[in-house]
Amino acid sequence: MVKMLPASLRAMLGALALLLVASGSAAAREQLVIGMTQFPSTLNPNIDSMMAKAYVLGMAHRPFTAYDADWELVCLLCTKLPTLENGLAKLETLDDGRQGIAVTYSIHSDATWGDGVPVTTEDVMFTYETGAHPQSGIANAEFYRRILRIDVKDDKTFTMHFDRVEFTYNAINDFELLPAHLERDAFAEPAEYRNRTTYDADPANPGLWFGPYRIVSVTPGAQIVLERNPTWWGEPPAFERVVVRVIENTAALEANLLSGAIDYIAGEVGLTVDQALAFETRHGDRFDILYKPVLFYEHLDLNLENPILADRRVRQALLFALDRQKITQQLFGGQQPVAFTSVSPLDWVHTGSVPRYAYDPERAAALLDEAGWTKMRDGIRHNAAGDPLSLELMSTAGDRTRELVEQVLQSQWRAVGVDIRIRNQPARVLFSETLSKRQFEGMVLFAWLSAPENVPRTILHSESIPTPENNFTGQNYTGFRNAKMDRLIDAIEVELDRAKREQLWHRLQVLYAEGLPALPLFFRAQAFILPPWLDGVTPTGHLDPSTLWIEDWRVSSPAE
Amino acid sequence: MIRFILQRLAETALVLLVMSFVIYGLISLMPGDPIDLMIASDPSLTPEDAARLKAVYGLDRPLHERYLAWLGAALQGDFGYSRLYARPVLEVLWPRLGNTVLLMGASFTLALLLALPAGILAAARPHGLGDNLINLVAFAGISIPTFWLAILLIILFAVVLGVLPAGGTATVGIAPGSLAALADRATYLVLPVLTLTLVSAGTLIRYIRAAMIEALRQDHIRTARAKGVGPIRLLLHHALRNAMIPVVTILALDFGTLFSGALVAETIFAYLGMGKTIYDAVMGNDYNLALVGLLLATAVVLLANLLADLAYAWLDPRISYR
Repeated sequence: MVKMLPASLRAMLGALALLLVASGSAAAREQLVIGMTQFPSTLNPNIDSMMAKAYVLGMAHRPFTAYDADWELVCLLCTKLPTLENGLAKLETLDDGRQGIAVTYSIHSDATWGDGVPVTTEDVMFTYETGAHPQSGIANAEFYRRILRIDVKDDKTFTMHFDRVEFTYNAINDFELLPAHLERDAFAEPAEYRNRTTYDADPANPGLWFGPYRIVSVTPGAQIVLERNPTWWGEPPAFERVVVRVIENTAALEANLLSGAIDYIAGEVGLTVDQALAFETRHGDRFDILYKPVLFYEHLDLNLENPILADRRVRQALLFALDRQKITQQLFGGQQPVAFTSVSPLDWVHTGSVPRYAYDPERAAALLDEAGWTKMRDGIRHNAAGDPLSLELMSTAGDRTRELVEQVLQSQWRAVGVDIRIRNQPARVLFSETLSKRQFEGMVLFAWLSAPENVPRTILHSESIPTPENNFTGQNYTGFRNAKMDRLIDAIEVELDRAKREQLWHRLQVLYAEGLPALPLFFRAQAFILPPWLDGVTPTGHLDPSTLWIEDWRVSSPAE
Repeated sequence: MIRFILQRLAETALVLLVMSFVIYGLISLMPGDPIDLMIASDPSLTPEDAARLKAVYGLDRPLHERYLAWLGAALQGDFGYSRLYARPVLEVLWPRLGNTVLLMGASFTLALLLALPAGILAAARPHGLGDNLINLVAFAGISIPTFWLAILLIILFAVVLGVLPAGGTATVGIAPGSLAALADRATYLVLPVLTLTLVSAGTLIRYIRAAMIEALRQDHIRTARAKGVGPIRLLLHHALRNAMIPVVTILALDFGTLFSGALVAETIFAYLGMGKTIYDAVMGNDYNLALVGLLLATAVVLLANLLADLAYAWLDPRISYR
């Protein structure tokens, strides 16, 4: 039929069809639907900390500073990163003779809340007031305690005075501004603030947001809808609307992706690597799948008061008996790098010059013999007193990946005569009771999350061992006490010279690998399942989410 | 009858009061309070912070004091804030209750409409071809795990055919209250309702079949048959009414699940209902939300049983309440 039409009409029809297809695609790409598995418990930037919240707020809010994808500290809300070199940070002597530091920040001149009110130092002072108030329920009190005072120079410039000098002096990533003009009323009764914050009472209020997007609707537990923020001062984002849909069941999450109900599964709060690998096998041709090793250090915390584990030779033997390379290759397609210490190979302070404990079952057997576990009975080693070499291994019940790893560990240790009894608990019981109150008998498999160059004070310093006397605060669950380690941690925190600090970090890693307060397994990776038409998503590999740079996300082609 | 109803309502209130204390106590006994969870996840917390936060959350007070404070406020209509959603508890629960009523009400009704004729048909000729086929379907419904059926339906209707949404409750951007919004909402209900209907219809068919077979063995049925009553009238008029007494008991018990919801289906279809909310509240140590959610479910079970008792009297005139 088309053949019967004149050429000019055919050309017009063709052009019209192309136009319709193009406009249809463009319309379809006006919206990006992101799927993830967790819903934020609150949208207030300073109450509770969880990745799901950081991910959503990355689109609508901006911290003063953050670590970028190259793990460099950069300014997001501030205009210039203060340093001692550029004079915006200055050492000062405190009244008691100690050394403190004054750090000056300037808020971006165009930064404006979504309702048109400029972001100013009034918001800075209000945020400081809420954080420092003992009844506000804001958990990150340590940061606010370190601030002695804030001096306001003008509407956009202020100076923070800190009570001590640490190498992270200019990183105020957790200082997320609150809009004084909206939140002051909610803070009238500080003890009720966490219940009355506008971020949860009226999250669609445009005045709460100053990022590239602002939240326009929230369906608790299900989805959050964001639209372009007209007051955003930076590069305009590509999508008119972003919908974040929460689907906890990962099989259903995959089905939603395949059906087109969602476009992209966030790596930060989405599928695990083994799930992503299985997905890639089946549907890899339809999606771009990025794997990014992250600062999630999967390891085994040991109870060093257990007489078996108190012997360093046994700890070393346990590690020699594990083929970690094979575990990561077979279970995670080699996407999760083997860990030799708690410091990630991606961190600039990492060193490879540490004892690595490559798979060597003969060496493991020799060390166990040396430690007195010589008699083999029913395949299990016993000591001279007839006690079996038997240890309890715990982890989070229901975590399929960890349960799989536990079984492999059990089997590899069994091969050198170590009996492993697996006893898992629900995450909330494991973390809030068993671990934090040090009620585990042998080993616990879990992960530490950290920021780049994170000093392990709470994990390795002897002052951080949880006890009833300190209200079970601190995370040195193993009970590791080492004076050298304490001194190194104290020294690293205050060393401003990068070269010197690097040397201290190297010594810390060697001490860790030699002493083995915990058994390193691997660093987890995140799997980002992207549609082929989405460009610019750059995984960071740390706790600052990729959405902090959402204005860089683009549609790669006009039509699909 | 009125006296009986009033007496039962008073008993219901008493049971709810006792249950509120029991549930409150049980939730409090669970390991790890909200501050323990915070300590585990926030390395910068000092002992003083922990003590301060426990005081802020009221967790430094003895259990009975906390319970009495909650009860006093609840009697004045203040059920407190949800820790997980940072909103008043009722504000979190009401929309979910509505969703659950819609989802479970639809699947409950459909399952009953499916099971009633199937159960009667199966009982009319036990062990015949029809009975065997119906039993096969019923056992399939009972045996198929909900999560598996749900995923299968999603793959078929959302991924392969692409005719229904894979999950959620509504499409973003459709104006609420419009006809399009209603139609949109209905499309999101199809798969979860189908899943729950298929799963629960199997059990109901088996109950109705067994009750009907038992009723058909009664003397009055034989008498009616001897008097020449036709088979359809015999089944529907004489046997069904007697068979419904045990079925009503089962339905009343099942009614409780209407409000506690269908956890698995809600999770897989990302459907915001009571089941998932209560589960998350218990696991997340959200005292207020878990407590009110569970009390609501308890109240519904108690009221459903009261309705069942009243239905007995209607179904069997020999039963009367004084």
